[in-house]
Amino acid sequence: MKLTNAFALLRRDKLAFVAAIYLVVVVVLAIIGPELFGKTATAINLRARNLPSFDLNQGWEYYLGSDSLGRSVLARIMVGARNTIGIAFGSVIASLCIGGAIGIVAGLSRGALGNIIVRSVDVIMSFPSLLLALIVLYVLGTDPVNIIVVLAITRLPVYIRTARAEVLEIRERAFVSAARVMGASGFHIAIRHIVPLVLPTLLIIAALDFAYVMLAESALSFLGMGVQPPDVTWGLMVAEGRAYINVAWWLSFWPGLAIMLTAIAANLLASWFRLAADPTLAAGRKLADAAHA
Amino acid sequence: MSGYILRRGGQSLVALMALLVLVFFLSRLTGNPTDLYMPMDASLDQREAFATKHGFNDPLYVQFGTYLVNIAKFDFGDSIFQGRPAMQAALEAFPVTLRLALITMVLALGLSVLIGSLAAYRPGGLFDRVASLLTISSASTPDFWLAIVGILIFSVTLGWLPTSGTGTFWHWLLPIGVLLVRPLGLLTQVVRMSMISALAAPYVKTARAKGAPKRRVVFVHALRNSMLSVITVAGDQAAALINGAVVVETVFGWPGIGNLMIAAIKQRDFAVLQACILVTAVAIFLMNILIDFAYSRLDPRIRG
Repeated sequence: MKLTNAFALLRRDKLAFVAAIYLVVVVVLAIIGPELFGKTATAINLRARNLPSFDLNQGWEYYLGSDSLGRSVLARIMVGARNTIGIAFGSVIASLCIGGAIGIVAGLSRGALGNIIVRSVDVIMSFPSLLLALIVLYVLGTDPVNIIVVLAITRLPVYIRTARAEVLEIRERAFVSAARVMGASGFHIAIRHIVPLVLPTLLIIAALDFAYVMLAESALSFLGMGVQPPDVTWGLMVAEGRAYINVAWWLSFWPGLAIMLTAIAANLLASWFRLAADPTLAAGRKLADAAHA
Repeated sequence: MSGYILRRGGQSLVALMALLVLVFFLSRLTGNPTDLYMPMDASLDQREAFATKHGFNDPLYVQFGTYLVNIAKFDFGDSIFQGRPAMQAALEAFPVTLRLALITMVLALGLSVLIGSLAAYRPGGLFDRVASLLTISSASTPDFWLAIVGILIFSVTLGWLPTSGTGTFWHWLLPIGVLLVRPLGLLTQVVRMSMISALAAPYVKTARAKGAPKRRVVFVHALRNSMLSVITVAGDQAAALINGAVVVETVFGWPGIGNLMIAAIKQRDFAVLQACILVTAVAIFLMNILIDFAYSRLDPRIRG
């Protein structure tokens, strides 16, 4: 699949195309936002306190309003993108790699190890993930790395289960038996023959999981167990604005809307990707056609 | 059938034990609560006495042993903060959350079956496309933000609903509405998917061919078989519903178990935290058994 063809196909699905553009903007903000707008976001301007949204008299940065210290909501959202997107991305990558590896091991092992892994997954699954995350973060402290690790752990079961189920099916196929008969080691079989077949499924799950993890991170921030001030995340901004809901609705509304739009865009693009990558579905055929055209 | 349920029950029991061990040692890692509860000017002797009284000076394994022995005697320790049995506090809060979760789940199941079936009836049709856009949005909405926007619109601006607390029927509308969004979207998707495959199955064609009314074919023949996957996902959603309840109870100030647990974590009130987790885990455990039972009733292959 050539990149240009994928782009041409993306253009055909209007919703997915808009979602992709939005996500590109958010990712660019996450990468360079703090460098570009960091000063604007932290600048305290007592003459511009509690400005309502849609007021351009004080300049573009106050278009979405300002908080009780006169800091621009728009700039803070643009700066907060890095923490929100970065933590979610880090967690998804971590759970994809670790969960995928554990799941492949569980699927390949024929002894007690596989069983132990499956039972441990049940333990994680059987309890509300948010509560476990709250307890663990209270113990370890709310360092961004800890948040990434905790969020990754709560999402591990999905990857472990999927990878294991796929491996259980793949390991019975003829080419794996052939490799084994020819004396390939378990490690070699896992890397050369299993991983390439399991990876696409796991990548699709990771894409679908991104929005979920971002929402979980935001909920943690909202409950006060996520990133701490003076750092900003969108969830934290919603929490901080909650106290002013009677007088300044814009403090909570805009960052929450940013979370929702990003999650919708991520989910739309992930569903598009799933359809486009599946050769048995109509959109996949279109993609194949586009690749041959 | 009973063998199946017994085996599943045994597995869940092991999971429950593992969870208790995990939470016990994790919560002990947060540090000794003595300094949090004694006044700044308390003498060393007083601190010592407090710690000894609550057993914080014993080695961890001794504390854990005492904890297990006491559980066997149905003694779950006392809340340091509230000065009463921890289990009493947990059992007082639990029904509030349970009622919230139950009503939400029943509404989610009913609405998702209706919307999902209608969407599956003509896949790709207008209703289906609107429904799937709504389900994607519902899976993407931060519940805490929705709660705040709900308060902003219905309480602050319109003044129709109370902002927080419990009591009247009106207090229930916003929390349930917020809690409903996530499971409703997910279940609708599941109903739709399994209904599409069920409606394409040969037995549905047979039912149509023999002249059964459309509505009966969709809501009786096809739905019965689709319910299997719906029930599985609904069961998985139970734990997620508690997640949502934590957030909703925090925003709306409900005296439920989510609120109590957050407070217990912040106050290092170990006994209450453990009691809450025990109650929640047992509730999820019982529900899993119920789901397995329903499963075996619906699917004769499991009964064997």
